Amino acid sequence: MTNVWVFGDDVNTDEIIPGRYNVTTDEQELAQHAFYEVCPEFSEQAQTGDIIVAGKNFGCGSSREHAPIAIKGSKVKAVIARSYARIFYRNAINIGLPILEVPDLINVTSDDIIEVSFDTGEVTVNGRKYHASRLPPFIRRIIESGGIVEFLRNHDISELENAP
Amino acid sequence: MGTLTEEILTNKLGREVHSGDIIITDVDYVMSHDTTTPLIINALDALNKGPWNPDKAVVVFDHIVPAPSIKAAMLQKKVKSFVNQSNISNFYQEGVCHQIMVEKHFALPGAVIVGADSHSCTHGAVGAFSTGMGSTDVAVAYATGKTWLKVPETIQLLTEGKFAEGVYPKDLILEMVRRVGADGATYRALEYTGETAQNMSVEERMTLTSMAVEMGAKAGMVQADKITMEYTGGQGNPIHPVNPKYQQTLEFQAEDIVPKIAAPHRVDNVHDIDQFTDLNVDQVFLGTCTNGRLSDLEVAAKILKGQKIHPETRMVVVPASQSVLKEAYLRGYIDIFTEAGAVVPNPGCGPCIGRHQGVLAPEEVALTTMNRNFQGRMGSPEAEIYLGSPATIAYSAIKGKIADPREVQV
Repeated sequence: MTNVWVFGDDVNTDEIIPGRYNVTTDEQELAQHAFYEVCPEFSEQAQTGDIIVAGKNFGCGSSREHAPIAIKGSKVKAVIARSYARIFYRNAINIGLPILEVPDLINVTSDDIIEVSFDTGEVTVNGRKYHASRLPPFIRRIIESGGIVEFLRNHDISELENAP
Repeated sequence: MGTLTEEILTNKLGREVHSGDIIITDVDYVMSHDTTTPLIINALDALNKGPWNPDKAVVVFDHIVPAPSIKAAMLQKKVKSFVNQSNISNFYQEGVCHQIMVEKHFALPGAVIVGADSHSCTHGAVGAFSTGMGSTDVAVAYATGKTWLKVPETIQLLTEGKFAEGVYPKDLILEMVRRVGADGATYRALEYTGETAQNMSVEERMTLTSMAVEMGAKAGMVQADKITMEYTGGQGNPIHPVNPKYQQTLEFQAEDIVPKIAAPHRVDNVHDIDQFTDLNVDQVFLGTCTNGRLSDLEVAAKILKGQKIHPETRMVVVPASQSVLKEAYLRGYIDIFTEAGAVVPNPGCGPCIGRHQGVLAPEEVALTTMNRNFQGRMGSPEAEIYLGSPATIAYSAIKGKIADPREVQV
């Protein structure tokens, strides 16, 4: 069964993973401490295919990439937020964490049934449809490559500037 | 024609750029530290590349140095080995990375810098465009010497007037964060302009620019001027805005600012100090990229001279760099702190990230000059962190409770 983990506005990177657990780069080890202090149930119970729903400015604060890596390691299917902090957003795209920005998404609860389509950007909550913000073409190229590192293995960075 | 950001990036690209443009720009320096470099090494390994130019990379050990655990020591050993193998000569373990970048003049007027630390916006105090990114983004800059950016719109924070006695740049920036909000400047650059900012030293300007990210901003900048060029010894290109179109202008009158406190657990939860006076504090901390410089230590030393810290309160003073520490010794500030009962650990980030040198127990209250008061940042998630100016924390250390520095007679 898919769990829906609901968080509020301005969830910061210290809440996603406290600084003292950043003494590793291992995805699974970091995942064990995801939301460790603000939502201990997450690290214990989150399972493959779960969905995180948050308010505005998700991932504000530190530049630590450990935060999106910890979430990625928890194997959630999608992170859906009304908006993201800038550095977290770039980090998530770069490492291939599946995120969607849905500005008008409100009043979601953990009991809701949520369906997500990354192809169409459509998010359905209890049958009601929402649309994720459309990504610029060069961001889509990074995502389609599986992250910026994979993109740069086969392309020059200058290709991002004039992405079709 | 454009904002400071547009002018710097136009100069860098050799063609006119405007807010909203997606650009690939060369960078002058890349910077990373002990916590973010390990992930950079992993990304560079995946790319099978090293630094495009080792002389343009700066690596600083500051977050937890010397290592307090075997795990931290192992990561630092890995980074040191990378530094040696890559022939990176700009390697330091003598203070907070942002202080090193500015103090050693890697950050210069007109430069474009990316740092693997969110407070890389601090470098904008000298009129550089500097932004914080995650490790993979910075690894790309390490590998190629380039980064992609969406040229941001700019919010002007226009300051006029002079501070009253007992009021400092930290109080002004806390008021700015309150008005703009934690995400009010997301994807935007901030320009601190006007009389108050122009009259500040580079050190004081760094207090403003370091906290740009607490409003979500990509960069925070003060246009380079005579004060900047004196600080850099004439180095750098003092690019300035030309008929800039700001997305928004917010005005701040310095005379109207009083000592401010950011209360738990949000940086934009800012109130006048009188709402918190008499709240007992277990720990005060003076330091960080926001307020660990000589002028900050000077303010605190003047208040603490000949005084004792309250017996129920501990005080930690972490100078932002070895050069700050050395000068503070020469001026007698360190004597004042230690005689007052404070501890003065080695320069670095200190207890700001809750790993050593002053970790909080549940229900403890800290009053600090840090830039963030997020839940759990300094240790227990049940502890509370309040933010204030160096004067506020020094006077509060004596009283053992949050106290208004305007009462001090020095």
